[in-house]
Amino acid sequence: MRERLVIIGNGMAPGRMLEKLFELAPDRYQITIFNAEPRVNYDRIMLSPVLSGEKKYEEIVIHGDGWYIGHEIMLHKGVRVTQIDRAAKTITTNTGHVEPYDKLVIATGSVPIIIPVPGANLPGVLTYRDLDDVDAMILAAKARGNAVVIGGGLLGLEAAAGLNEQGMDVTVVHLMPTLMERQLDPAAGYLLKKNIEERGIKVLTGANTKAIAGNGRVEAVELDDGTRLPASLVVMAVGIRPNAALAKEAGLNVNRGIVVDDQMRSSDPDIFALGECVEHRGIAYGLVAPLYDMAGVLGRTLAGDEAAYRGSVTATKLKVTGIDLFSAGDFAEAKDREEVVLRDAARGVYRRLVLKENRIIGAVLYGDTSDGAWFFQLLREGADIAELRESLIFGQAFAGGGKLDPPAAVAALPDAAEICGCNGVCKGKITGAITAQGLTSLEQVRAVTKASASCGSCTGLVEQLIGLTLGGEYQPAEVKGMCGCTDLGHDEVRRLIVAKQMKSIPAVMQELEWKTSCGCAKCRPALNFYLIASWPGEYVDDSQSRFINERAHANIQKDGTYSVVPRMWGGVTSAKELRAIADVADKYDIPTVKVTGGQRIDLLGVKKEDLPGVWADLNAAGMVSGHAYGKALRTVKTCVGSEWCRFGTQDSTGLGIRIEKFTWGSWTPHKVKLAVSGCPRNCAEATVKDIGIVCVDSGYEFHIAGAAGLEVKQTILLCKVATEAEVLEHTGAVMQLYREQAHYLDRIHKWVKRVGLDSVKQQIVEDGERRRALHARFVAAQRYAQVDPWAQRAQGAFAHEFTPIADLRIAQAAE
Amino acid sequence: MSAAPAERPGDAKPGVEWIEIGRLDDIPKRGARVVKTARGDIAVFRTMDDKLYALDDKCPHKQGPLSQGIVQGTSVTCPLHNWVIDLATGEAQGADQGCTRTIAVKLEQGRVLLAWPGRTAA
Repeated sequence: MRERLVIIGNGMAPGRMLEKLFELAPDRYQITIFNAEPRVNYDRIMLSPVLSGEKKYEEIVIHGDGWYIGHEIMLHKGVRVTQIDRAAKTITTNTGHVEPYDKLVIATGSVPIIIPVPGANLPGVLTYRDLDDVDAMILAAKARGNAVVIGGGLLGLEAAAGLNEQGMDVTVVHLMPTLMERQLDPAAGYLLKKNIEERGIKVLTGANTKAIAGNGRVEAVELDDGTRLPASLVVMAVGIRPNAALAKEAGLNVNRGIVVDDQMRSSDPDIFALGECVEHRGIAYGLVAPLYDMAGVLGRTLAGDEAAYRGSVTATKLKVTGIDLFSAGDFAEAKDREEVVLRDAARGVYRRLVLKENRIIGAVLYGDTSDGAWFFQLLREGADIAELRESLIFGQAFAGGGKLDPPAAVAALPDAAEICGCNGVCKGKITGAITAQGLTSLEQVRAVTKASASCGSCTGLVEQLIGLTLGGEYQPAEVKGMCGCTDLGHDEVRRLIVAKQMKSIPAVMQELEWKTSCGCAKCRPALNFYLIASWPGEYVDDSQSRFINERAHANIQKDGTYSVVPRMWGGVTSAKELRAIADVADKYDIPTVKVTGGQRIDLLGVKKEDLPGVWADLNAAGMVSGHAYGKALRTVKTCVGSEWCRFGTQDSTGLGIRIEKFTWGSWTPHKVKLAVSGCPRNCAEATVKDIGIVCVDSGYEFHIAGAAGLEVKQTILLCKVATEAEVLEHTGAVMQLYREQAHYLDRIHKWVKRVGLDSVKQQIVEDGERRRALHARFVAAQRYAQVDPWAQRAQGAFAHEFTPIADLRIAQAAE
Repeated sequence: MSAAPAERPGDAKPGVEWIEIGRLDDIPKRGARVVKTARGDIAVFRTMDDKLYALDDKCPHKQGPLSQGIVQGTSVTCPLHNWVIDLATGEAQGADQGCTRTIAVKLEQGRVLLAWPGRTAA
């Protein structure tokens, strides 16, 4: 009599295993299969094309009914196994049927993870796992309406694309900051998001689902931040876990999945397992290639051959038409690894190979995956690529060692993209003038178009356009790169952020072809500021790209403690504030209390853990952050002015307070210090400040570009104005122009020196319309900037910044 | 994808005890958290791609707290004087010379395990 082989589950893995078994030992077993799904074996990988309407169920069947009959397999469709009796060597089904076995194979696959939020079991909330789910989705899509897909991984995005094809209005809600973060690095994740959004699918990253709302049926998805997304269909695609419950109840060794050895044998020698339900050497797989590897091994084992599964290197492709994405292996950075990056922004191509000892160990390809198979083969074979190294990244077909073009970012700009912000000149106007009038030099282009004729910060871009239009005969002046990560200068990066509407650090790094994968301590803080300045209220601050003082909102000291400086508007304080400061100093044992040069009080030697408590107490007395730690508005120093002083000509203290209330909270390229003196005796030292006001009988002298630091600079008198309102308008305009034009870490005097006083004067003094526009942009940005960072943190935000992850001192003392 | 723990060759020493200090998500990407110990603070770093490293929280230059620096790739820039320290070896990069002690750390199913400092800090 033949041995009895019983298989629980009828997915792709056991199907492939049987093919192998029949090839080697066709008559060895009498086979019985129990399938909880009422179907034959079909290709689950192709569910997405079924959902999008590109394929039908019949086209994705792997083994039709005839195949089972031909191999004399007894297939029970729609029957679930409920129990395994290992002593009696039988299984029992939900229909009460008992089937004896000699060898048992468990292939129960995986179950989708349902996030435990209120409303998760409402009708209209689906998972994406089998054909029933797809049928339900296609049915729901007939009503059009809104769909929300929770999960921006492989399955979630395929579901979103399919529902979009079916005519639904789709939003993807993803917890992590970038899509498919397990398979893609942030650069490729950024490109993917852009592509998905181009299809009309909305993508919310960093979004946490709080609840699913609905009365008897799903109506909306509610997020942590209060957003409410209307939805008639919700698809949860946040991940899968091995379906090992049956094996666990039977007493088999189960961790995350059913633990199997290299022969796919469980802890019971007559019971095997394969597919997504198993855990092999600590890893549970969810992709088809490893499952097929396992199937081959188990097929041979059951046929009596020797075989061993040693784990798989996996590759991922997203099955959404029109999006080319490939990832394989390990692409983490480490000391002994090197990376080769190719970015072609014009074509939306990103390639990154991770090399170790002249072998490829990881690959991420986006936009052009034609060489994915080749790289993957080199990776699996562990091939030595030393010979190919120079041209490897260009792919298999690349022959010869030609160099690629320099950054194509400028070439790829549309004609309507603004190049010169000062004079409103777009790309098409510049290239058109060069061609039509036969211009050959920067000076000619400036004379004809006015591009780069004002502040000059777009000079590099204009020169590149001349070069692109004229070809090799034009040699532009050399621009110094921001840092080792890019050849583009600060000005070019700033202009391109605006022209190309780039709104995140990964976006900038991709579009501008950064040479490193995550930048450095020079470019990241600069980019973070440029993005804040370009997209107020829209850009999400990247705290990990800020220097520690701005991340902790306090100044680090040489011993690792911090100093705290609350704002004292215009240098004016009160008994109440002083009492609160004294109480805080006592309560937190603060060793030094010092008066600063900016007319306020510095608390030095505060332990980092104590910062939120110190701030809470200062907040309670009405004080907010003084930003003494930031590239930001610092102080507005004042003298007492006409209110007390016998020489005072205007209310300098009051004006200083008004200016500080107007400008505080603003992030700037470097620190900004202001002062208002009540008369030309200048007790507030206004003539060595970034912006200084000197009051006179007839009004106010408006000075800029002073400093009293490494370099001492006396201010330059920009103009004289008559009213306080004009002082405020000029201040806002100068602040904004500085924020828009300066290189990161240049003080105002350095910026003025670079762009020229004439350019600043022209835009602030002579062109009233431009001044008012700058002032209006500053006011708009301040709406988002004037939030007290201390109050947020005193109330618990960013708690991880201020507390140790663990304290082992007590445990150690006990030893 | 491979979920292999971020283990390095030195970790396999027999007799090392591992102590759980928290979860991966407790540490910001491109950031660090501090573990207080009787022998001083330890900085545990998480890179962009979730590799973990641990160092004494002291720059070899002037003992600056490395946990407060900017993490780029697999190195950190000290917040006090911008020395760049390699996370894997603890060595100063470029022209600067000096080395900070490294401590073994690994990731197991989302849990961050540190080689028990009480025993290994000999």
